[in-house]
Amino acid sequence: MNLWFVFALMTVAAVFAVLWPLGRRSALQSGGSEASVYRDQLAEIDRDLAGGLIGATEAEAARVEIGRRLLAAADQQRDMPAQPSPGLRRVASIVALVGLPLAAVAIYLPLGSPGLADFPLAARSRTADATQPLDNLVAQVEAHLEKNPTDGRGWTVLAPVLARLGRYDDAVRAWRNAITYGGDSSERRADLGEALTAAAGGVVTTEAKAEFERAAAMNADDAKANYFLGLAAEQDGRTDDAASIWKTMLAKAPADAPWRPLVQDALSRVGVTVAPALSNETMAAAKDMNETDRNAMIRGMVDRLATRLKQNGDDVEGWLRLVRAYMVMGERDKALGAQSDARQAVANNAERLKQLNEGLKNLGLDG
Amino acid sequence: MIAETGHYALVLALALALIQSTVPLVGARRGDVALMNVARSTALAQLLFTGASFALLVALHVISDFSVVNVFENSHSLKPLIYKITGVWGNHEGSMLLWVSILALFGGLVAAFGNNLPLSLRAHVLAVQAWVASAFYLFILFTSNPFLRIANPPIEGRDLNPVLQDIGLAVHPPMLYLGYVGFSISFSFAVAALLEGRIDAAWARWVRPWTLVAWIFLTLGIAMGSYWAYYELGWGGWWFWDPVENASLMPWLAGTALLHSAVVMEKRNALKVWTVLLSILTFSLSLLGTFLVRSGVLTSVHAFATDPARGVFILLILCIFIGGSLSLYAWRASSLKQGGLFAPISREGALVLNNLFLTAACATVFIGTLYPLALEVLTGDKISVGAPFFNLTFAPLFVPLMLAVPFGPLLAWKRGDLYGAAQRLTAAGIAALVAIAVLWAWTRGGATLAPLAIGLAVFVIAGALTDLAERTGLFRLPLAVSFRRAQGLPRSAWGSAFAHAGVGVALIGVVCETTWNSEYIATMKPDQVAKVAGYELKLDGISQRQGPNFREMIAQFSVSRDGRPLQVMTPSKRSFTTRGMSTTEAALLTRGVSQLYISLGEASADGGIAVRIYHKPLVLLIWFGPVLMAFGGLLSLSDRRLRVGAPKPAKAARALQAAE
Repeated sequence: MNLWFVFALMTVAAVFAVLWPLGRRSALQSGGSEASVYRDQLAEIDRDLAGGLIGATEAEAARVEIGRRLLAAADQQRDMPAQPSPGLRRVASIVALVGLPLAAVAIYLPLGSPGLADFPLAARSRTADATQPLDNLVAQVEAHLEKNPTDGRGWTVLAPVLARLGRYDDAVRAWRNAITYGGDSSERRADLGEALTAAAGGVVTTEAKAEFERAAAMNADDAKANYFLGLAAEQDGRTDDAASIWKTMLAKAPADAPWRPLVQDALSRVGVTVAPALSNETMAAAKDMNETDRNAMIRGMVDRLATRLKQNGDDVEGWLRLVRAYMVMGERDKALGAQSDARQAVANNAERLKQLNEGLKNLGLDG
Repeated sequence: MIAETGHYALVLALALALIQSTVPLVGARRGDVALMNVARSTALAQLLFTGASFALLVALHVISDFSVVNVFENSHSLKPLIYKITGVWGNHEGSMLLWVSILALFGGLVAAFGNNLPLSLRAHVLAVQAWVASAFYLFILFTSNPFLRIANPPIEGRDLNPVLQDIGLAVHPPMLYLGYVGFSISFSFAVAALLEGRIDAAWARWVRPWTLVAWIFLTLGIAMGSYWAYYELGWGGWWFWDPVENASLMPWLAGTALLHSAVVMEKRNALKVWTVLLSILTFSLSLLGTFLVRSGVLTSVHAFATDPARGVFILLILCIFIGGSLSLYAWRASSLKQGGLFAPISREGALVLNNLFLTAACATVFIGTLYPLALEVLTGDKISVGAPFFNLTFAPLFVPLMLAVPFGPLLAWKRGDLYGAAQRLTAAGIAALVAIAVLWAWTRGGATLAPLAIGLAVFVIAGALTDLAERTGLFRLPLAVSFRRAQGLPRSAWGSAFAHAGVGVALIGVVCETTWNSEYIATMKPDQVAKVAGYELKLDGISQRQGPNFREMIAQFSVSRDGRPLQVMTPSKRSFTTRGMSTTEAALLTRGVSQLYISLGEASADGGIAVRIYHKPLVLLIWFGPVLMAFGGLLSLSDRRLRVGAPKPAKAARALQAAE
C-alpha cells in the first residue's frame, strides 16, 4: 500500500471524528445532571437506613441537607437552555475539513522522512559486501562473537581491526579473548601489550610490560616484545638498558627486517638525551632527520616523561630531566610548573626533597 | 512505512487535540450540544491515533529497525524480546510518548464512560485535557521526536542502559505514569469547575473514581520503583530521598490529601475550594516531577538524555499550566459557593487535620528537593539535602498524623465526640502498649525509638480493625448479626480500613529494616563461610556464563541455618559489551517476610570476591503495606454506590454508632 494512501485514509478518519457529532440531527441533551446524583444519594440514605448502618435521626438530617442541594441543582439546570448555533457549527466543519489536513501536513513534512522505507533487521542482508563501511563489518563480527564468545579465530581477526580503528580498550579485550580461546603465543601477547600501551596513550604500563615479558619469555627473539621492553626501560629512565636491548635486537636481526629503521630511530632518540656512543647507523638516522621531525620527536619524549611522572612521581632524576628539558626548549613557565609539581610529589620524603632542591639549584632555576 | 505512519498518527493526534481544546469550549459558552459533543469524538479519535503511534513504535523496536534514531540509540538486535518492548519507554522520547498515550487514554475513558456527566462539564474537562495533551504533543514532535530517521542505518544498535534491562522496567514506569497522568483528570475537572464557575458535591462524586485510579497506580508505581531499586542497584537500600523519588512522592502526598478532602466534599458538600486547589496542586506536582526528571536538571538513572532545549520547553509548559491554573483559581475561587459547616471535632475536622499534615509533609519534601537546585542556580553552590533532613522534618509530621489516623473514621460527621472515639480505641491503645513492652523486653538495650514506632504502627493497624469491629458491632451484637452487618458494610469502609492498616504495616517494615538490619561486608574466597543473623552462607564457587547480550560472573552460595541446608543463592555481576557497563544482580532469599540479600562487588586478583550480605528482618512489609493500601483503594473504587455522610444531629439521643 502506498504511504500517501495510508496518510489520506488516516486524515479522513480524523476529519470524520470531528464532523460526525456536528452532522448529527438528533443532538439531544444526553448528559447526566447534578440532580440525578442527589436523587441517587437520597435513595442511598433509604438503603443505609434499612440496612441499619445509620440511625433514623441521622438519616432525617441527611435527607434535609441533600434535599436542599437537590433544589439548588434543579434551579441551575433550568437556567441553561440548549441553543443550537448553526453558524458556529459550519465554522467548526470548515476548520475540520480544511484546517486539520493542512495543519497535519504542514507539521509532518518538515519533520518526517516520507521517502525513507523501513529497514527491519531481518530484511537486511547479513552478507558482507564491499560497499559496507568498515564499522558495519566490525559490528557484524562483534555480534557474531557476542553469541559465540569462544571463537578464538574470530577474536584474532577482530582484534587488530579494532586496534586500527582506535578502539584500544576493545582491542585489549579482544586480544585477551583470542589468547583465552585461541591459544597463547608470543605474537598475541606482544599484540596485547601493544594494545594496552596504546590504550594508556603510549605509556608502557606495568600491565603491558608484564605481557611483553611473557612474550619475550616464550620467544626471546620476538621483535615487538623486545622493542617495547626497550621503550619501557627508556620511559623508566633506564636509557642504558633501553639502548642495550635495542642494540642486541639490531645485532641479531636480519639486514632486511622491516622494523630496523624504527629501532634505529629509537636508539638515536636515546642517544640525543644521554649521548652514549652511538652506532653509525643511528647517527646516520638522526642526521637524516630534518629540524621539524627532530623537534617533534623531542616533544613527544618530553610529553611521555611528563605523563609517566604524573603517574609515579618518586623519580627525582626524572623530574630534574623534565625541568631541564623544558628550559632547553625555552618554556620557562612549564619548567616552573614542573618544578612545583615535583616538590609536591616528593614532599613526603625529606631525602628526595633535598636531592630535588640540590638538583634544581644546579639548573639555575630559582630554588 | 511503519515509522512514518506512526509519526503521522502523532501529528494527527496533535491536530485533533487542538480542535478538541477549542471547539467544545465555544460550544459550552453558546450552549450548543453538537459542538460540545465534538470533545467526545475527538478525544476517542485522539486515543486511537496516539495509541497507534505508540504501538507502531513498539513494532519498530521489536523488528529492530535501526533506521529510526530512537531504536538505534536504545536497542540491540540481541536483546531478549521483553526488553525490546520495555526498552520503548526506557528512553526519553519513548517514555514521553507513553506519557501522552496514557493522557489520551484517560481522555478517551472520560469520553467513553462519562455519560453521567453534564454535557458542559464533560466538554470543559475534555477541552482542558486537550490543552495539556497539545502542549505535550508539541513537546514530543519538536524536541523529542521518537520517529526521526537515519538515511544510512547502522547494522547494530547501541543497546539499552543495562540497569534498565530488568523486568522492573515493564511494570514501574507504566504504573507510575498511570498515576502521574491520572491526576490530570482531577486537574481538568478542577479547571473545568473554575471555568464554569460552579462546583458542588456532585462534582466530587464524578471525580472520585479518576482520583482513586490515579492514586492506586501511583502507590503501586512508587512501591514497585522502590523494590526495583532495592534489588537492582545492589546495596540493599529501598528509599534514598533522591530528588527523582521525591518527585513521585510529592504528588502522592498531595493526591492522598486530595482523596480525603474529596470525600468530605462528596459527602458533606464542604471543603470545596480547598479540594479544587488540591486537584490543581497534585497535577502541578506531577508536572514538576516530569520536569525534574525529563529536563536534565537532575542526573540519575532516570535522566536518559539531557538537552537544554527540552528543559526550557518543559519549563514553559510547567509555567503555563501551573501559573495559568493557579491564576484562574485566584480569580474564580471566590465565586465558588462555600459549602457546609462543621465543628472542629468531627470527621470533617479530622480530615482537615489529615490534609494539613499531608500538605505540610509534601511541602517539606518540596523544599528539600528544590532548595538545593534553587541555591545552585542562584549562587552556584552545590549542596545536597539527604536523608537526615527528611528524617528530621518528615518523621515529626508523620507521627502525629499516624496517631490521628485511627480517630478519624470513628468520629461522626459534622460534630463528633473525641472522648467516645478515644474510649472505643482503648483496645487498640492497649495492643500498642503491649507491643511496645514486649519489644522493649526482647531487645533490651537496643534502639529506644524503634519499639515506640512499632507501637504506633500497631496502634494504626488495631485502630483500623477497631473501626471495622465498631461498624459491624462485633463483640457487642451476636455473631450472626455482626456477620450480616459486615456483608452490608459498604466496600469503601473496608477499603479505608485496609488502606489505613497498610500504612501501619509499611511502618513496621520500615522500622524493622532500618533498626535490626545486619550486614556482612568482606572479601570471600571459595569455601569460606559467612555468618549473618544466624544463617551460614558458604561460597561454593565462582563461575562464568554467557547471556544473550552480556557475560555474567555468578557466585554460588549455599545457605544453611543451624546446620540444616536451606537453599542455594546465586548473585551475579553482568557486564554488557555494547555499552561497556556492568550491573549487579542481587540474590534474594525470602524467609517469611524477611530477606537475605547478597550482592557482589569486585573480584580480587587472588580469586576472592567482595560480597555484601544483608539480613533484612520484615523488609517485605515495606512493600506489602503499599500493596494493601492499593488494595483498599481498589475496594473503594469497586464500590459504585453513592456516598452520603449523614450528619450527627445537634441534640440527638446517643447515636447507634459512627455514621457512614
